[in-house]
Amino acid sequence: MQRIDYSAIGEQLYTATLPNGLELRVVPKKDFATCYAAFATNYGGAHRRFTVDGRQLDTPAGVAHYLEHKMFDLPNGDNALNILSANGADPNAFTSSGMTCYYFQCTEGFEENLRMLLHFVSTPYFTDETVAKEQGIIAQEIRMGEDNPGMAIYYNLLRLLYDHHPIRDQVAGTVESIAEITAQTLYDCHRVFYAPSNMVLCVEGDVDPAEIERIAAECLPTERASVPTADFGAAEGILPVGKEFRVAMEVSAPQFLIGVKLQPGLTGEDALRQRLTATLALRMLCGVSSPFFTRLYADGTLNMDFDYEVDSSAGTVTVIVGGESKDPDKVLAEFIKECQRIAGEGFDEGLFSRARRASLGARLRGLEDFDNVCVSLASGVFEGYCALDAFRLLESVSIDDCRRFVAENLTAERMALSVIEPKKV
Amino acid sequence: MDYSRSELLPGVYLSHLRSDKFKTACMSVNLLTQLTRENAAMNALIPQVLRRGTTRYGDMEQLSRRLDELYGTAIEPVVRRVGEIQCLGFFASFPEPEYIPGGQALLGEVTGLMAELLLSPNTRGGLLLPQYVDSERDKLLDLIRSRVNEKRSYAMQRCIEEMCCYEDFAVSRFGDEDSCASIHYKKLTRHYRELVRTAPVELFYCGKAGEKQVAAAFREALTGMPRGEINYDIGTDVRMNAVEDQVRYVEERMDVTQGKLVMGFRLGECMEEPNVPAIHVFNAVYGSGATSKLFLNVREKLSLCYYASSAIVRRKGLMLVSSGIEFENYEAAKREILAQLDKVRAGEISDEELAWAKRGVASDLRGMMDSQGDLEGYWLSQALDGEDYGPLELAALVEDVTKEDVMEIAKSVELDLIYFLRGNEEAQEEDDDAED
Repeated sequence: MQRIDYSAIGEQLYTATLPNGLELRVVPKKDFATCYAAFATNYGGAHRRFTVDGRQLDTPAGVAHYLEHKMFDLPNGDNALNILSANGADPNAFTSSGMTCYYFQCTEGFEENLRMLLHFVSTPYFTDETVAKEQGIIAQEIRMGEDNPGMAIYYNLLRLLYDHHPIRDQVAGTVESIAEITAQTLYDCHRVFYAPSNMVLCVEGDVDPAEIERIAAECLPTERASVPTADFGAAEGILPVGKEFRVAMEVSAPQFLIGVKLQPGLTGEDALRQRLTATLALRMLCGVSSPFFTRLYADGTLNMDFDYEVDSSAGTVTVIVGGESKDPDKVLAEFIKECQRIAGEGFDEGLFSRARRASLGARLRGLEDFDNVCVSLASGVFEGYCALDAFRLLESVSIDDCRRFVAENLTAERMALSVIEPKKV
Repeated sequence: MDYSRSELLPGVYLSHLRSDKFKTACMSVNLLTQLTRENAAMNALIPQVLRRGTTRYGDMEQLSRRLDELYGTAIEPVVRRVGEIQCLGFFASFPEPEYIPGGQALLGEVTGLMAELLLSPNTRGGLLLPQYVDSERDKLLDLIRSRVNEKRSYAMQRCIEEMCCYEDFAVSRFGDEDSCASIHYKKLTRHYRELVRTAPVELFYCGKAGEKQVAAAFREALTGMPRGEINYDIGTDVRMNAVEDQVRYVEERMDVTQGKLVMGFRLGECMEEPNVPAIHVFNAVYGSGATSKLFLNVREKLSLCYYASSAIVRRKGLMLVSSGIEFENYEAAKREILAQLDKVRAGEISDEELAWAKRGVASDLRGMMDSQGDLEGYWLSQALDGEDYGPLELAALVEDVTKEDVMEIAKSVELDLIYFLRGNEEAQEEDDDAED
């Protein structure tokens, strides 16, 4: 394996590409009892239409998430979740629009647990009965999401921003779409997307990287399969398709999200730099120490729920800013005004140098979290960069990069507003 | 990791945990006081108001600017309750010297800033600023009201409220709407001064700096902290049995598509002399985690719910079983949740189930050693209990728990109250009928 030293932050990264195409990333951590492994496929809720070996396929919404639920079933009737839990590990999985990730952490028996993880994720076993039974559980999960204001406001925003990209739809699908899923659908999608060539394994803990490589090679298929190409439809325009959406739910105060689509399709360090620039600019524009936030916090318009993020998934990049406010329209108006001011005047030099320091501190804190490290390494692999390079690249982001980002992207016409209002009694 | 504890000032204790393995160091300061209906909201408000500005850094912008300069040091207000003790203060985290350019040590700066937040707020005429108090009070009110947004935790809180309606534990760590709404800056200032003078204080540090160095930094930072007669008369009242002979039932209706069932239990007589490792293992066997009876049977085998799990509030002697169900599955889910408890009582626990539960509990405890946040919470609770065994020692005790120990806890547990949050559908139908 190749070793990369990140001496400034006291980390080492071992990387390898196995003959079967699997990307492997290992971060050894001395003196930690916890070992963490994440096994992820470049396959999420948005990968509904795709081409593999010249064949075009179209699948119902919710297959990736459905697969995630069913992968834990083993042919002998056992359940991998139970086996790992019984062995003292803490296993789980998630499906986003862009990836499905299976992970566990444990403090004993890591290698045995790792073999189990690799084994169950690469062993499809579905029957019509077990698939039918899962429908009830997933339907419950979908319904639980319907009561969740956080999910509703998020998807409402994506529907304002995106015209047809499948990121608009719930990862779990709908009660109707999952009814179309059969055991055969799951087998087909597993074969296409769960080949090692479409996957990455990230491990962090007090482990020997060479041993991890050996176990991965031993437990997974040796053949190198072709990688599927996802079809997310025609390129989206840069403007949102709707400006505003409001709905009433059982919440105590109005919740809001402001969203902006960024240029999609960047890969490698360009993609990472785009995200770092956007995040740093947003920190200065509306982070807790920004003039914008402190002003609206002091006058009671915003509270500490307010946050910002740059969300990249399935080929899309979206800026999302939001929280809770009695007056979301005022927040939007003030936000637009502040963006216009920055676009003209640029950021203050002192603010910029403090923001860089604060960003370094926040990223160092992120390194304490194995889950965060492994999942960002995995998404980095799918987008062609190494997440740990963020520390180095951050230093090359200039104050003018940040101003330009605001001037070019955060304009009134590019913004959409999603609001959840309390029900009137 | 070496743990040590010392008294720095009257009633001010430092728990020091030395560790070389983290990129950041963390510390906390906590004022301890009895949780009461009357004062909970005021107590909760104090760190929020203090965080608005100090004598040197008069408002949030200046404070945040300073924190950014200190490489994104975070100093956040923290309010929690451990049993019926309310703990309020700040939690700080900051980079260790070798990971920042120039290798600057931030310990002294951060300790100083945290003490300044606690002891030197921005005041006028000796009073907390009314605009800060009013604005934070309104935010706290919003926060108290916002609990309805997350139905799962809302249902659990409501169950505790109803179950402990005659006990202070019914009060949330943030207090209730009415007492919060009536907070006035003069009254709050008096209360704050009183707390600083009389509350026991728990300090915590975890990082590379040695005990002497940290103690010296805190001593210097807290010089001049007024210390009067310390109020050590704080603690948790544990009720052993259910409030009424019959299990109480509370139902609430909201516009939701999925029902939330929460069953509130008293841990009962086992709380006389609690066998802590056995309580943890009992919880794992019965309802916490993927090897538990509730998960394997109620969720997996019977598909009665999306989730069903138990949680222990150990210091108050409570157990809550919470579950997300279809409205019409109420009876079946309740029956099955109780049937699984009866199995534990009757000793229908396989050797495997017991081994899984012990492994899971022990692994969680060992994993705690890798999280500064978890360690801080663990050692704060230990300090309040007057205990000094670490997570690894508790993990070793877990290995010795027997099936009989687990049965004993299960037999001691008693159902007190059932809370059910359901949808409006049926209620609306009834209304329609009435109109006809």
